[in-house]
Amino acid sequence: MEFPPQLRYTTSDEWLHVQGREGVVGITDHAQDQLGDIVFVELPEIGRQVKRGEAFGVIESVKAVCDLHTPVDGEVIARNDALTDAPELVNRSPYADGWMIRLRLSDPAQATELRDAAAYQAALPAAPAH
Amino acid sequence: MSHDGDVGARLAFDRGAPGRRAVDVARWEGTPAALPPPGLLRDAVRLPELSQGELVRYYTELSGRNFGVDSGTYPLGSCTMKYNPKVDDLVASLPAFAEAHPLAPAATMQGTLRTLAELAAMLGELTGLPAVGLAPAAGAQGELAGMLMVRRALERRGDLAGRRRVLVPDSAHGTNPATAAMAGFEVTEVPSGPDGSIDQQALARTLDGDVAALMVTVPNTLGLWERGIEAVAARVHEAGALLYGDGANLNAILGRVRFGDLGFDVVHLNLHKTFSTPHGGGGPGAGPVCATPALAPFLPAPVVTEDADGSLRLVRPEHSIGQLQQFHGSIGVLLRAHAYIRSLGIEGLRAVSANAVLNANYLRALLEGSYALPYQRRALHEVVFSGSPQRREHGVRTYDIAKRLIDYGFHPPTVYFPLIVEEALMIEPTETESRESIEAFAAALRAIAEEAERDPDLLHAAPRHAPIGRLDEAGAARRPVLRWQPPAQPAEPRDER
Repeated sequence: MEFPPQLRYTTSDEWLHVQGREGVVGITDHAQDQLGDIVFVELPEIGRQVKRGEAFGVIESVKAVCDLHTPVDGEVIARNDALTDAPELVNRSPYADGWMIRLRLSDPAQATELRDAAAYQAALPAAPAH
Repeated sequence: MSHDGDVGARLAFDRGAPGRRAVDVARWEGTPAALPPPGLLRDAVRLPELSQGELVRYYTELSGRNFGVDSGTYPLGSCTMKYNPKVDDLVASLPAFAEAHPLAPAATMQGTLRTLAELAAMLGELTGLPAVGLAPAAGAQGELAGMLMVRRALERRGDLAGRRRVLVPDSAHGTNPATAAMAGFEVTEVPSGPDGSIDQQALARTLDGDVAALMVTVPNTLGLWERGIEAVAARVHEAGALLYGDGANLNAILGRVRFGDLGFDVVHLNLHKTFSTPHGGGGPGAGPVCATPALAPFLPAPVVTEDADGSLRLVRPEHSIGQLQQFHGSIGVLLRAHAYIRSLGIEGLRAVSANAVLNANYLRALLEGSYALPYQRRALHEVVFSGSPQRREHGVRTYDIAKRLIDYGFHPPTVYFPLIVEEALMIEPTETESRESIEAFAAALRAIAEEAERDPDLLHAAPRHAPIGRLDEAGAARRPVLRWQPPAQPAEPRDER
């Protein structure tokens, strides 16, 4: 399972890729693996202001329905409409084709408060013992 | 007798022959009525064309493929799928009940109303919450009724504007947060501690003056007792909030623990789970709300009231949240519950919870070692295992294990719930499974654990012996085909010889 070093991670399994004053958001490989086959992704309207920790959308798999949480404050400036017809992109390519929203960041410094790849990976729950 | 083996695949459309009819209808000799305007008419509607015999055989064959509690072990966790005594069906189908008109005057309905009044009193006694409304038609509607009562109570005391949040543990049924949202509140999730009960410190951090209620399932969806629930109740009331109980798991504590004694303000029950109504096909159910006397004025309408002369009638409580559905609720389910409670008596109800808990713990003991147990505490009515080692070591998912159980002749348990357990297998044997059937079910699950090690592909391909094999569930959800479409090429007429 991969956790690209250039990304920052939330405790609720989203990633943020900061690109200057903007940031791209999606869910991690671990999250898509836990969810299983994803069948539906609901994304916010462009222009919506989102606050750190708030739900910006909903993801549904054959197993569960979960909120998607925004890693940092910002305004939604783009969303991945390809997920409407092909939600399986999140399973296949969680860090590239399966991206969800692009934000204009209110405060890029907030990103430094998120985990780096090593810290995220270290905090993944240990599978229950036999 | 021969079967096609693909009864599910061969629909009514694929049977019969053009022009064949089930009933010979006499030709109409009068003036035909005018047809609707052309825009409203479809020019070609293909309907199945079968003889009566073919049709009856088709449905009979389909019904034989059905699987219910009357066919075999159906250990669906959190659903309490147990055998429902037939005498309760008999009572509910007595013509004086079943043929009563919902608009009949109360004076002619005294027997039915008396039965409802008695049921309300018995449920009040069993829960320790004497204000009972029987009208909600299912568990989720009972939840909504309860939370709307909370809302109305806060409104009446001028406290609603400041109390916007409802707290829900992360192990809750999905209906709990949905209900809170439907009732107009914001939902805050409260994490579970390592022992599977509410994390008391996390609760203390989030419980303040803007909280309207905490919704708690007792026992919780991990099949565990909610430790410290009395302290939780005291803390909730100190903060000026109300304590809502999800009574879906009442089967574990029936006749032993009362929600009112624990400090709950309002609880809903699922009569179709605990009190003997066959369910699982989508209804009908019944989800009465039981509340403290302080909440009685807010109960959903109607409730039965007794006049000084002993006659009964239906009334709308003073500040009722209103009527949730037409007429009186799911009368058939309410009657079954009455018959169930009266035929078992309090000792019988205590035997229900005793055996439900014994069976779950016996199953837990039989399967410990074959599957991981995320919580090492004694189970109540159900036990939650994790298929995580099977997934990690053999690439077999809980989903595959569940499908393989079908090959062994069992209905699979609930899977992937509660969400806080990885690869969850949630098993509720209920009190009505015999020792032999529990042992047979455990033996099947142990055999499957061995198959997972030896031959994982066997599980990936399961079920192998069911009428229909592995379904593409993701494909069905992503690109659903919601109605039958005629084949692109007209099929050759079948050779009927």
